[in-house]
Amino acid sequence: MEIGLAHYLTVAAALFTIGVFGIFLNRKNIIIILMSIELILLAVNINFVAFSSYLGDLVGQVFALFVLTVAAAEAAIGLAILVVYFRNRHTIEVDDVHMMKG
Amino acid sequence: MILQAIAFYLFSAILLISGFMVITARNPVHSVLFLILAFLNAAALFVLLGAEFLAMILVVVYVGAVAVLFLFVVMMLNVDFAELKKGVQAYLIPGLAVGLLLLAELIGAVAVRWSFPQHAMKGAATPANLSNTAALGHILYTEYVYYFEVAGLILLVAMIGAIVLTLRRRAGVRRQKAWDQISRDRAETLALVDAKPGEGVE
Repeated sequence: MEIGLAHYLTVAAALFTIGVFGIFLNRKNIIIILMSIELILLAVNINFVAFSSYLGDLVGQVFALFVLTVAAAEAAIGLAILVVYFRNRHTIEVDDVHMMKG
Repeated sequence: MILQAIAFYLFSAILLISGFMVITARNPVHSVLFLILAFLNAAALFVLLGAEFLAMILVVVYVGAVAVLFLFVVMMLNVDFAELKKGVQAYLIPGLAVGLLLLAELIGAVAVRWSFPQHAMKGAATPANLSNTAALGHILYTEYVYYFEVAGLILLVAMIGAIVLTLRRRAGVRRQKAWDQISRDRAETLALVDAKPGEGVE
């Protein structure tokens, strides 16, 4: 019952897939989409830390730390944009976001 | 060793189940709470991997700040979430197809068949005579100090951006004008009047 690197990679892969699937499943609700992105980044962090631990290299944990930082900044900015958008339009439906005709 | 295996399977099972509940829960508040549970279990997995500092950072930063921010926004916005749930079935089949394909690729091609190259060195990431936090600090403040500064800058920009985005000046709100209050001088507030006996003051 040795827990190897493959076990951790499998868990991270499943979590990544759940995150991607969440974006598909909640196409209209941007809050759940942001949470799915958080799940994806968490899966990436599990990969980094698992490789760091099994390769005996601490740099993976340093990189995971930076991923955490960027994820926190992204969540803050995303939610701020969401609040401003809701204040202007009174809805957060993704399909309604076509003001910029992108 | 068997205890470690049991802990790994327990934590990863709860992590995956709560991750699945995040994306399927009807109530977004429940989604946020399951997200917190997922982060806590991921922190436990980090402890199993020997990354105690990152585990604590995950608990403090994610559970303490980001998840609470999500909860705050979900509760502040008065959104009809039942309306947003409509039309889920339309995306279910392609989503499942893409998800299963991705899972098969990631697990079948990467995770299971992964093997270390010959020159890679197996072993614990933390040196034996240091704690994980001390070792991380040694490497973070020397070799990666510029990246560390950039990370701080990113957080500063994110903080200023969030404040600038959400700050709102509404017309018709009475505010304290501190400069007007402290810049008054004696001449415009005080008048000395000689009051003669038997007469009033105008």
